[in-house]
Amino acid sequence: MPISYYLALSAVLFGLGVIGFVFKRNIITIFMSIELMLNAVNLAFIAFARALGQLQGQVFVFFVIVVAAAEAAVGLAIVIVIARNRQSLNVERINLLKL
Amino acid sequence: MTAQLVIFLILAAIAVAGAVSVILQREPIHSAISLIAVMIALAGLFLLLESEFIAAVQIIVYAGAIMVLFVFVIMLLNAGAEERTNMSRMARYVGVPLAVFLLIELAYQVGAATSSMTAQPAADGATRGISMLLFQDFVFPFELTSILILIAILGALVLAQRSEGAPAQRAQQ
Repeated sequence: MPISYYLALSAVLFGLGVIGFVFKRNIITIFMSIELMLNAVNLAFIAFARALGQLQGQVFVFFVIVVAAAEAAVGLAIVIVIARNRQSLNVERINLLKL
Repeated sequence: MTAQLVIFLILAAIAVAGAVSVILQREPIHSAISLIAVMIALAGLFLLLESEFIAAVQIIVYAGAIMVLFVFVIMLLNAGAEERTNMSRMARYVGVPLAVFLLIELAYQVGAATSSMTAQPAADGATRGISMLLFQDFVFPFELTSILILIAILGALVLAQRSEGAPAQRAQQ
């Protein structure tokens, strides 16, 4: 089973994450596109770890998942504060540094 | 058509369908559920690549904790459907074809550049090997991530609490 299939799938998922990040307007959906990009990169790491016979790739995926969890917690706290202040989740309305 | 290829195609189809659904759905809660489907398909792909530990961590932490946090926040903020504003002409006629071209180009280039790689088995089993690496070579980043999680907890607590005047006003009403 050639590894390039997994890497092509990872590239497609990453591209879809980028498309979602650029085209969507809801801030939570943009955040979910970021998580999709992180998952695509995890798949690439694991595929390379399998291809090279080393396990450092899997250790790095472990750290990526931990950092993604911390980032999701803080990022969603920021989203809650923004939604409380601007009463909108549309990124086009969040365009002032100070209300 | 080996069994591995069939399973890979099924899981890859679920992952791509879920990812397309994440960016096409109008309600954010539907996008969240599609993303959970993508993560479960990716856990299956990790199992195909013989990394059982990471597959379990993906299901427990990513799909079971992070996405649950997303769903909680979507329900807390009562995030509704996106407004129906039409895309600008530039976005629709230049952006969408360029986006599709990006996908095809990425997949082709990555697939062609690595087409000569084959799978090699690792020396240890996955869980034992990862634990050997984590607690011997990578013990410093491992301990740092525990501090990172603590900082994230404190940051989320400080950010999400209301200012001090608000609870007193609410108590008086």
